[in-house]
Amino acid sequence: MTVLHVIFLVTAVVTLGAAVMVVTARNLIHSALWLILSLFGVAVIYGLLSAAFFAVVQVVIYIGAIAILMIFAIMLTRRVKQDVGSIVNKGWWLAGLLALVLFTALVWLFSTWSGFRTPLPELATDVDTIKVLGAALVSPSHYVLPFEVASVLLLAALIGAVVVAWERKS
Amino acid sequence: MESSTLVWLLPAPPLLAFFLIIFLTNRSKGLSHTLGILAVLLSFIGSMVIVVLGLRSGHLAEEPFTSVINWFPTGDTWFQIGVWVDPLTVATLFFVAWTILMIFIYSVGYQNYGQPKGDHDVPGLPPHGATEKDEHGHEHRVPSIEPMYSRFFAFLALFSFGMYVLVVSNNLLTLFVGWEIMGLCSYLLIGFWYAKPSARAAAIKAFLTTRVADVIMLLGLAYLYYLAGSLSYDVIFSEETLHLLTETGTPFLGLSAAVVIGIFLFIGTIGKSAQWPLHVWLPDAMEGPTPVSAMIHAATMVSAGVYLVIRVFPIISAGAVHGEPTVTMNIMAFIGAFTGLFAATIAVTQNDIKRVLAYSTISQLGYMIAAIGIGAYVAAAFHLFTHAFFKALLFLGSGSVIHGVEHGVLHTDEHVDPQDMFNMGGLRKKMPVTFWTFLIGGLALSGFPLLTAGFWSKDEILADAFAQSNWAVFITLAFAALLTAFYTMRQITLTFLGQPRTEASKHAVESKWTMTLPLVGLAVFAIGAGWLGITNDFPIIGGLLPNYMHDFVGETLAEHPEAIRFNWIPLLTSLAVAFGGLFLGWLVYRNVSAGEADPLEKPLGPVYSLLKNKYYFDELYDFIFVRPAYWISRNFTYLWLDRRIIDGFLHGVARVAYSLGGLFRNYIDRPIVNGFGDFVGESVKRLGRGARFIQTGRIQQYMVMALVIAFGTLFYYLFFLAQP
Amino acid sequence: MISLSYFLVFAAALFCIGLYGAMARKNSVAILMGIELMLNAVVINLIAFWRFRTPEVITGQAFAVIVFAVAAAEVAVGLALFIAIYRQRQTIAADEIDLLKW
Repeated sequence: MTVLHVIFLVTAVVTLGAAVMVVTARNLIHSALWLILSLFGVAVIYGLLSAAFFAVVQVVIYIGAIAILMIFAIMLTRRVKQDVGSIVNKGWWLAGLLALVLFTALVWLFSTWSGFRTPLPELATDVDTIKVLGAALVSPSHYVLPFEVASVLLLAALIGAVVVAWERKS
Repeated sequence: MESSTLVWLLPAPPLLAFFLIIFLTNRSKGLSHTLGILAVLLSFIGSMVIVVLGLRSGHLAEEPFTSVINWFPTGDTWFQIGVWVDPLTVATLFFVAWTILMIFIYSVGYQNYGQPKGDHDVPGLPPHGATEKDEHGHEHRVPSIEPMYSRFFAFLALFSFGMYVLVVSNNLLTLFVGWEIMGLCSYLLIGFWYAKPSARAAAIKAFLTTRVADVIMLLGLAYLYYLAGSLSYDVIFSEETLHLLTETGTPFLGLSAAVVIGIFLFIGTIGKSAQWPLHVWLPDAMEGPTPVSAMIHAATMVSAGVYLVIRVFPIISAGAVHGEPTVTMNIMAFIGAFTGLFAATIAVTQNDIKRVLAYSTISQLGYMIAAIGIGAYVAAAFHLFTHAFFKALLFLGSGSVIHGVEHGVLHTDEHVDPQDMFNMGGLRKKMPVTFWTFLIGGLALSGFPLLTAGFWSKDEILADAFAQSNWAVFITLAFAALLTAFYTMRQITLTFLGQPRTEASKHAVESKWTMTLPLVGLAVFAIGAGWLGITNDFPIIGGLLPNYMHDFVGETLAEHPEAIRFNWIPLLTSLAVAFGGLFLGWLVYRNVSAGEADPLEKPLGPVYSLLKNKYYFDELYDFIFVRPAYWISRNFTYLWLDRRIIDGFLHGVARVAYSLGGLFRNYIDRPIVNGFGDFVGESVKRLGRGARFIQTGRIQQYMVMALVIAFGTLFYYLFFLAQP
Repeated sequence: MISLSYFLVFAAALFCIGLYGAMARKNSVAILMGIELMLNAVVINLIAFWRFRTPEVITGQAFAVIVFAVAAAEVAVGLALFIAIYRQRQTIAADEIDLLKW
């Protein structure tokens, strides 16, 4: 039981617990707040995985933008009788069953894989992963194309979102 | 060209004219009659050439002009047809060609060519006259042209074709073909004015009566063909065939085949030549236009009947023990003589000018038949020859008289029957040419001695009868000759002599040259034709001219008949009956005035009405044959057989089909076929209606469903299919 | 020693929870939150695989960056749609937006 194990277990429990609260909270704002907690947990996991950049990006983008955006959306789409009635639809039990089945299947499937218990390899200490990541993203021989396409995608999404949500003056 | 080839061409021009007229020149009257006359003129010239060639040949009987072709195959051999010209043919061709040509020329005038179209003339009815304005503006009625002019000439041409075919044929089958063609044409021409009910009825009567006879004749022909294997003259008249025919027995009363065939063929003649008992059609046939009557009843058709029996005389006389007549000949003698007298008695009381001539024809044909019956072959042919000329002359003359009186009828608007002799009188002055030619014809018919043809031929028959001591025939024929002279003079006196009895006859005019020229032409023959047969030992003049008839025509028979020795008794008898009859006729009728009844009516009493009504034979036949036929055809064939059985069967079939159809429709088509179709559609709809609920519009449900199916498939794949 | 299995199981669990949220929740924004959880699980998976299997190649991280970008775009558009729908229908409950049905 190393320190890593402990940190991981705690983080995992917190994240998964928060995730469960996200999907079961009646109040949507609570749900959003639990989501933020869950996302924090995920950021910690990224840290555990030596992906420091991603931990920061997770916090900045997911929590700082996406979750906030969701809170805005929740507030903009409030109904008076929102807290009345069931929060799940009719087939929730089937969904739960399916999720369970999927989990079981996935775990079992992975366990049959030979590389399931790969130990943690050592990282090369002289490599600055962020620099390498940046170079890879803009290098023509690496991943500049997906990067640019992703930018176009973001542009399209931006324009699309504005257009869709624009209030028409009738 | 060879003479036998020319003979083939004799019937061709009239046939061609017939087709050309009906297909091409029907509208043009002038063109039609030109075609017709041209055609018979060509045939006439051809016939005259053949006649001359035949006379010059010298031995025409042994070597007749003949030529054959194969017509249809009969087993291994061919049925051959061809032409045959022997002396009998030559004599017949002569009078046939002349009379047909004269009748054609006459018809141009008779059908009023050149006259205006009638006021109310319709095709199918006789023309009724047109109204013309003359130079002073007076309107008067004139005869109008026949609307069906071209049709008339077409039929006449077809008729001529039939007669020529009959005369030149070398076998009995093509003779029968010509016979039937003439039968058809007589139907068409008697019923020429088809809108007149009396004409239609007469045409049917003529056709049916002769049909009865023709069927039996055909049976005779078939039997002959069966025994002899051929119908050509050179085969059937040969020694072997005649011998075979006389030897073969038949189930008919044990008579030989020759007798039976002879009787059957003779029955054909009874029909065609209007002998008793099938005489009833000929008087009614006067419904046709007068040239038709002349054609049918003098020149061609009735002569064809006599021609047939003369032609088949070898069969009729086959097996005769020398001098004794055969059964057939006895029958013929009886029927001929009986008819001769029978018809003459009726002719005495007829008022219609054409009817007198009709009965006269029947009577004279009886003479010829009787002549054959007593074996006077040459005399029969001779009388046929002369009779054609003077009877055609008489008919055409009567047509001219009727025309003249009709002109008077139109002029005076008097409604009298222009054919009734009691409405005529004094026409001698108004129509001289007609009068003189008619007189010549009438005297010929009566047997006026020396100068007229009828005398020589009639005398020959009487002489033959006397020479054979056949008193029955002799006396019957002599008495008939008396009556003949009597009614002929009656006719001439009533028509031409004395004073006109009606306004119409007062205004009668002579006919045009197209009508009077043929009369003159025929009159020449009516006088001169008799001199061709003067018996060699006739007192004074006998021997001046050879007896052409006897020498030439007589050769046709295998056994040349011997010339009859001259005897005073028959001569005196015929002189007596001729002069006596003529005188009596003139005496009785010379003073009949207008409106008076027939002078014979009172003296004869009930006999008069018996004769006038033709011995009520028409009524008898109507009762025995016509009415039962109508009854059977109406009640049995029509009502029962046709309506009940045939129609009933058809209706039954229809009903069965209909109900079957209904069954099919209601039990198979509707439930099964339609039902299946409907079922398919219905089930698809129901399926759809049920299945559509999957589409709830809720995407979460879609997602769940997708995942379920995906996991299921994956699960199935991993665990069951892919076994590592 | 921490092995890959820990992270994989963790990511699977997070994914399934997110799946349950996406399938069961009525509110559309809640569904979107579930989707976000799923996407996060995916990225964790990607990074874990990179760290444990190919740490010397940067491809795993580049892939993860792109996934991030896509997720963000998707949320933005989705929320814009929800707002538009809310304006029209006054509701964003998923089972009430069911016009495209039979």
